[in-house]
Amino acid sequence: MNPRRKKRLIMTSSILVGAAFATGLVLYALSQNIDLFYTPTEIVQGKGSEAVKPEVGQRLRVGGLVVPGSVRREGSGLTVAFNLIDVGPAEITVEYEGILPDLFREGQGIVAQGILVAPNRLQASEVLARHDEEYMPPGLAEALKGIEHVPPSQQNYNQNYNNEEAAEKGSGGGYDR
Amino acid sequence: MIGEVGHFALALAFAFSALLAVIPLIGVARGHGGQMAIARQLTYGMFIFTLISFIALVWGFLANDFSIAYVANNSNTALPAIYRFTAVWGSHEGSFLLWMLVQASWAAALAIFSKRLPLVFAARVLAVMGMIGVGFYLFMLITSNPFERTIPLIPVDGRDLNPLLQDPGMIIHPPLLYMGYVGMSVAFAFAIAALLGGRLDSAWARWSRPWTIAAWVFLTLGIMVGSWWAYYELGWGGWWFWDPVENASFLPWLAGTALMHSLAVTEKRGTFKSWTVLLAISAFSLSLLGTFLVRSGVLVSVHAFASDPTRGMFLLSFLGVVIAGSLLLYAIRAAKVKSHSRYDLFSREVLLLGNNLLLVTATMVVLVGTLLPLVHQQLGLGNISIGEPFFDEVFMWLTIPFAILLGFGPLTRWKRQKFAELRNSLLLAMALAIGIGFALPWIFADVVSGLAVLGLILALWIVFTTVAELRLRVASREHKWPALVKLGRSHWGMVLGHLGFAVMIIGIAVVQNYEIERTVRMGAGDTANVGGYEFHFRDMQERQGPNFISDSATFVISRENGNHVANVVAEKRFYTVTRQIQTQTALQVNPFRDLYIALGEELDDGSWAVRIHVKPFVRWIWAGAILMSIGGVFSLTDKRYRLRRREEKKARKQAAAEAL
Repeated sequence: MNPRRKKRLIMTSSILVGAAFATGLVLYALSQNIDLFYTPTEIVQGKGSEAVKPEVGQRLRVGGLVVPGSVRREGSGLTVAFNLIDVGPAEITVEYEGILPDLFREGQGIVAQGILVAPNRLQASEVLARHDEEYMPPGLAEALKGIEHVPPSQQNYNQNYNNEEAAEKGSGGGYDR
Repeated sequence: MIGEVGHFALALAFAFSALLAVIPLIGVARGHGGQMAIARQLTYGMFIFTLISFIALVWGFLANDFSIAYVANNSNTALPAIYRFTAVWGSHEGSFLLWMLVQASWAAALAIFSKRLPLVFAARVLAVMGMIGVGFYLFMLITSNPFERTIPLIPVDGRDLNPLLQDPGMIIHPPLLYMGYVGMSVAFAFAIAALLGGRLDSAWARWSRPWTIAAWVFLTLGIMVGSWWAYYELGWGGWWFWDPVENASFLPWLAGTALMHSLAVTEKRGTFKSWTVLLAISAFSLSLLGTFLVRSGVLVSVHAFASDPTRGMFLLSFLGVVIAGSLLLYAIRAAKVKSHSRYDLFSREVLLLGNNLLLVTATMVVLVGTLLPLVHQQLGLGNISIGEPFFDEVFMWLTIPFAILLGFGPLTRWKRQKFAELRNSLLLAMALAIGIGFALPWIFADVVSGLAVLGLILALWIVFTTVAELRLRVASREHKWPALVKLGRSHWGMVLGHLGFAVMIIGIAVVQNYEIERTVRMGAGDTANVGGYEFHFRDMQERQGPNFISDSATFVISRENGNHVANVVAEKRFYTVTRQIQTQTALQVNPFRDLYIALGEELDDGSWAVRIHVKPFVRWIWAGAILMSIGGVFSLTDKRYRLRRREEKKARKQAAAEAL
């Protein structure tokens, strides 16, 4: 083989090996780190036409509205528990230890990420609330389609309150932890 | 009245951009010098009217003109004047106006500093800037007019700026970031102009390089300030979250970094030409993609997208036109471009190719991680989320080969390098890096963390190979120090840029592995011990701010041996107009560690949930970014860019004298 072809062969094959390695790495990392999103109803009744329920021990995200009056602190520590609901009547309980985001309020849409410890109980590692009062977690908005939702901001004002820069740069994709 | 002036000026700026997009190109086609030269005047016109429009909006904010809907939605009479000014870019419409002002400023700067370029080329570049302008001005006029009136129902007072944005970091973050984002359009304009003319040579790379570096410097600083702002303002102690908005700015940065290095090869060696052009197109397309993702709201929720589909659709179409158009042009023209230069397997060209491939891979990874949830959802497969663990893992693996190559690159000659010549310095650098990388955590930390050691080794490898490279450059000189100074700013720019990267790796490796975070329940008088420090919660006071009420907690921090460190104040603010609660963190900073206190909520018995972090070396992350930017500025001010300008002036003076 002449040296020029040899050089090309080495370069091409090393790029191919590199690309294969990179793809493998990405696919592996993806398979480890994708979290599925559920609504409370989907956790209790199952998701999709086959009604697939998440397994206990699975890591997932859940989005719903905080049931008013359900927020309770346990003991002298920092553990807090509250219920989440979407279209009802199914509710799930979220337990979390730590500081809730500034925008966490009863009746407000939030997203919790964590591990399912019982069929309707989530041990959250992270609780996110949106920087925008009108926000609903993606997926939840669809589940609630047709149900009237009056955001707190629109109860006082006619105009749409929309502070987009904060929603943008806010945090965690516009979430507040 | 002023509002209408602003709106009208915006329409005029659009008109100028439309003329700019067309007339110079007609001039080029006909060979008409006047039509080409008028590109400059049109650019100035575009800039001046955008500036007028921007000033009109600023005036609206400073004068509390709540008849302008945008002002009413984002300001309030109680808001301090400085934040009334920054509220101009506090929300979508205004920040897009700032974007346009930045775009017009880049174009005007191009018009001023492009006088040494051939007229045909300058006309083409400015025309491309005009075309980009047409798209953006149309977008503003159709979907995002900041001057819309609230008449006849003028509110008495405004609804105030989002509290998160009432912060010094937000004064500079958006302008810097936009300078970077839009600056990529200049590199794009150069690439398209070169493709239009069919002349892709090293002269083109030399012209385009300082502009690319300038845009990259702004983008680096913009991202850095954003990270710093998020760190202290959001109150949860992280410095990078891999959220879609951050990724949107990181994508053009990665592509821009690759472009900067590829341009160096094109300028110095005349190869990689079509690859460089492709990178320039990608960098700008990724800026646009980022804008689309952020502006359309498509990433945040389907809900928001549906609320204003026109914005998203417009940007998506614009993005489509830009990508399709430039790739078509690329397909037609780039095939003719041939590179003749030869290089061996072990040469700087190949190492820079490796750098580029790794950066492009990183770009792809971020792109996949950002877009996959979206695609997944659109395909009806349900909602998924891809978060920090994915990016952290992949980026760790990508950083290893990247840093190793980075150590080799500057030492290696263009074209061909014998490994034996470098073997000793490389082995020495490697031995030092591994030795010290293990020794430092072993001496200073209680636990030796494998990842921290890895990060330190990589960073030290970069530092020692950089030193070896500097030694090599002056090895043959008799007077070492003067020779070092004489190396040239471009060279020092590279050195600083690489050292900045090393400093950043050290910061990331240490803070990720040695950070301590504790959430505790504390009442006034309580003390918590975290990471060798005592945090004493002294008292809680209520305080009245201009547009907020605050609960201020004073903490006394001391060493465990009793030495007093500092008193700091952490706050929980309630903004009365927006009715939002906001955490103001308490920070005590030195170069080697940050002490960080954030108040949580008040509990039933009057005590508070308090989160305390001890974050070693976190400042190094931002210091690294600043160092990289300084490197960029050094490269920009290199003699070869200044000299030519001086010669040019001399030549012009001579010509003028002869004409007399």
